[in-house]
Amino acid sequence: MTKMRYSRRSLLKTGAAALAASALPAPMIWAQEIKDITLRQFGTGVSNLNEVAQKVKEDLGFTLEMTALDSDAVTQRAATQPDSFDIADIEYWIAKKVWPTGNLQAMDTSKIANYDKIVGIFRNGKLTPDSTIAQGTAPHTVGFTSGPGGTDFVAEESGWMTLIPTIYNADTLGIRPDLIGRPIESWAELLNPEFKGKASLLDISSIGIMDAAMVCEAMGEIQYGDKGNMTTDEIDRTMAIMTEAKRAGQFRSFWKTFDESVNLMSSGEVVIQSMWSPAITAVKSRGIPCVYQPLKEGYRSWGGGIGLSSSLDGMALDAAYEYINWYLSGWVGGFLMRQGYYSAVPETSKTFMTANEWGYWFEGKQAVEPITNPFGDVLAQAGEVRDGGSFEERMGKVACWNSVMDENQYMVRKWNEFIAA
Amino acid sequence: MPPESISIAGSFETPPLVRPQRTRRGHLASRHVTGWLLAAPLAVVLLAFLVLPIIMIVVVSFWTATEFSIVPAFSWENYEFLLGSDVTWRVLLNTAKYAVVTWAITVVLGFTVAYFLAFHVRSQTWQTALFLLCTIPFWTSNIIRMISWIPFLGREGLANSALLSWGVIDEPLDWLLFSDFSVILAFVHLYTLFMVVPIFNTMMRIDRTLIEAANDAGASGFQTLWNVVLPLTRPGIMIGTIFVITLVMGDFITVRFMSGSQSANVGRLIQNDIGLLQYPSASATSVLLLIVTLMVIGILLRLVDIRKEL
Repeated sequence: MTKMRYSRRSLLKTGAAALAASALPAPMIWAQEIKDITLRQFGTGVSNLNEVAQKVKEDLGFTLEMTALDSDAVTQRAATQPDSFDIADIEYWIAKKVWPTGNLQAMDTSKIANYDKIVGIFRNGKLTPDSTIAQGTAPHTVGFTSGPGGTDFVAEESGWMTLIPTIYNADTLGIRPDLIGRPIESWAELLNPEFKGKASLLDISSIGIMDAAMVCEAMGEIQYGDKGNMTTDEIDRTMAIMTEAKRAGQFRSFWKTFDESVNLMSSGEVVIQSMWSPAITAVKSRGIPCVYQPLKEGYRSWGGGIGLSSSLDGMALDAAYEYINWYLSGWVGGFLMRQGYYSAVPETSKTFMTANEWGYWFEGKQAVEPITNPFGDVLAQAGEVRDGGSFEERMGKVACWNSVMDENQYMVRKWNEFIAA
Repeated sequence: MPPESISIAGSFETPPLVRPQRTRRGHLASRHVTGWLLAAPLAVVLLAFLVLPIIMIVVVSFWTATEFSIVPAFSWENYEFLLGSDVTWRVLLNTAKYAVVTWAITVVLGFTVAYFLAFHVRSQTWQTALFLLCTIPFWTSNIIRMISWIPFLGREGLANSALLSWGVIDEPLDWLLFSDFSVILAFVHLYTLFMVVPIFNTMMRIDRTLIEAANDAGASGFQTLWNVVLPLTRPGIMIGTIFVITLVMGDFITVRFMSGSQSANVGRLIQNDIGLLQYPSASATSVLLLIVTLMVIGILLRLVDIRKEL
């Protein structure tokens, strides 16, 4: 009800504004007409937050409509219904699938004010000049195209970006330290018979296979050329190990949505599982101990960005660029970083965080006072340190990026078999 | 079934003597034309929303797919993979298992409940009241009804804590949740009413004098039940069976949630394919499921001629 009233009121306001604009000279028109623009954004629940839409309305004046879907649905929609959205908030591995369809348009980096401040991971792949590039679909490999209208990927910073990076993180296993009662150091623990019937894995094939590969490699069973691009033989061997574990009753359940993973963990059905960072937060905010356990083999990382629909043009396109520039200018970054994600331009986000928050989330320092997320939940007490430490420590230990393989179709079939086994 | 109704109408044709008179009254008055016109709206709806989509699914099942696009083609690849993979057969078997077990339980439950309602509850007010009571769970969505089992059956759920505190078990029972048990439990919970309603309906139409006659002829209660009530309720049982079997065979969400994604049925295979943009492969699986389900229903209909019995 309140929503309806709000929209009617804003409609009246914009109507009056349009009237005023038509009576006034040119420069005003842009400022007024932008209020009539509505950009339709869809993406995974991670960054499709209503708070962002509200802030856009406040700061930029136009309306952002958000639709949150799961990653399969996001891929589908981006690949098959280009006219159903203006802005796609997708992950880099999804971009690898979707970009060649031509449904997204290349973005001119000269129009991105903070382009030079974007973290190296998204530009040349290197966090620091001497870091090695992790396996999988590293964002910079699908981050650039040859020019406007391009449907290819180029290795160098061509000035035309496929996605503007917005959010990323390093994923690992989540554990219930109170129910395990001993240190966990390796991905191999997921298949440890000690946790028989108490382990879980996510059932999104493209990500699940990577977690499975991290586990098999940690067990010393398989050496992968590239975990993000396995050969059919590597896929077979990985799935054989996982199937055997499944038949032996290792897994309690598989999960597909964020909520499922939270419920599995907080109900104690599962004590060790692949998990996403905000899910850990959700479990913790219920007063249940849960650790995002750093593991010696490293992290499986993911990154998301926003892409523009190829049908976007004119003033709506200008508004979209304005939105992107606003996105990188710090407020959203701070908002996301206070939930445990990273922003593509951390230095702009710093101004939107307290020194305590910046120290805890980014620098890996002890919290000096309680850390709360933007929604007011207390996530850490004074004296606690973030699991995994600082930005460099966490993002510097990425073993593999979420990816889509050349043998994707084969992998999907094998994954289906595994789930059906 | 429009053609059927027309042929029935035809069989009641008036004698030829009257015929010339009627033809003179023009085409619109002809019973054939009226019959067709009456059947047309339903035929159009069925054509647009049932026949055409199925044709589309069959056509797409011969196409091929790449990562992000589907390519019109005529290829047997989807079927080759589907029929050549032992996973398909295992999953079909699993689907059949769910269907048969769920059917067996719901038919016993449904028959008992309907029998009680129809023959033991004498007042019609009570009958209606109790029947409505059966439908109360349907006031919420079936996903809610299903998911509400999860906290109940979990390792630290109500069932386990109750059993533990009564001393019946020493360790929580794992198989209560995320197992075939929980899947079938949810199916039975969700679909028993589909069995109760048609059985109750046919039972209400059984002529009570038949039961009196059986009594008078010296039949015991069980004999009456077995030789009189049961044969007369067959159409109801069959309709309920068709409901339950098709619902269970086509389900994907119950199996996913209640088995914790650990078990698969055909619906899950299709869902996974769709999620991964493999529409042709999903179509091929759908066609297979459709054929299997139609075969099952075909066999059921051979056992009982529903139309004759209704």
